[in-house]
Amino acid sequence: MTSYRVALAGNPNTGKSTLFNTLTGLKQHTGNWPGKTVIRAEGTYVHNNQEYTLVDLPGTYSLYANSADEEVARDYIVFEKPDVTVVVMDATAMERNLNLALQVMEMTDRVILCINLMDEAEKKGMTIHDRKLADRLGVPVVKISARNKQGIDQLLDAIERMAEGKITTRPYRVTYSEDLEQKIREIEPDVRKIVGDQYPARWIALRLLDGDYSLLKTLQDQLLNQRGKGVETGELSVSCHT
Amino acid sequence: MVLNKTKTLYDCQSGEVVQIKSLQVEGTMRRRLLDLGFVPGACVKVLQRSPMGDPVAYRVSHTTIALRQEESSRIWVEEIGGDQG
Ligand SMILES: Nc1nc2c(ncn2[C@@H]2O[C@H](COP(=O)(O)OP(=O)(O)O)[C@@H](O)[C@H]2O)c(=O)[nH]1
Ligand SMILES: [Mg+2]
Repeated sequence: MTSYRVALAGNPNTGKSTLFNTLTGLKQHTGNWPGKTVIRAEGTYVHNNQEYTLVDLPGTYSLYANSADEEVARDYIVFEKPDVTVVVMDATAMERNLNLALQVMEMTDRVILCINLMDEAEKKGMTIHDRKLADRLGVPVVKISARNKQGIDQLLDAIERMAEGKITTRPYRVTYSEDLEQKIREIEPDVRKIVGDQYPARWIALRLLDGDYSLLKTLQDQLLNQRGKGVETGELSVSCHT
Repeated sequence: MVLNKTKTLYDCQSGEVVQIKSLQVEGTMRRRLLDLGFVPGACVKVLQRSPMGDPVAYRVSHTTIALRQEESSRIWVEEIGGDQG
């Protein structure tokens, strides 16, 4: 029985580690990400007789690889392709937290928004319309309080259904200026020819248009590595538009 | 009643609450500031200066973030209130 892989992403201080510890208990170990001084925490838990491997990604406000933390989190989501990425959000600062959530939703369809610190939000008299959010954003939304262990079962059930392919999402995708959308339309088909369906073509097109050479380099390494393993890929000769 | 006038975030005093009008910066630093919540329209409270006056702590979108002069002097703001200045 193979283990499903689940990543926890989110802003700093949203309760990722608290949730991680609640779920994995003592079944965890920490180390460093390869070649980085960034801590990597990984653990396992079992739900309905199925094992899950949970990775606690570094907390970041963004995923544009401006720092080693952001690069680690971004590369894991895009290139390691976890079965589910859970974005842990602070219920009392939704506007801020949606920035990262929307970025993750551009990178993968397999996203669950986990709104944590619900106890704090309730104390402040705030209400989170989870159904409305799920409708508008096209992905499951689960409200929890990691510290009080509330909503954990609903979260585990949502992760299970997504990992088993029983949930189809339709993540809300940010529409950019017509100018930019035009450029995306121009290069996205070429990107798709090269990466196929294994990586998010629209997101890669956006990163290339932004002149993200570090992403281009990582992508090249990934594709060469796969070719070495006999995976068919197209010709990689895209250059950045700056 | 103080008339609304435009200045940079770096010119603000501790306790002031201002609204961001524009960011006079491009590229990675702009992206970074936007990601941290310094977006046009956002309200920012100036918390406190470090002993040397730099960096300065700000409260923006429910989070405390410190900026260096290099960054705060490129954020144009308008006064909207606060308990000082
Ligand atoms: N009130 C409340 N506090 C929480 C909850 N989850 C986490 N915290 C607290 O929030 C702080 C940050 O949590 P942590 O797990 O370290 O966040 P991380 O930076 O995302 O890993 C800690 O003081 C936690 O005890 C929650 O559900 N309710
Ligand atoms: Mg943590």
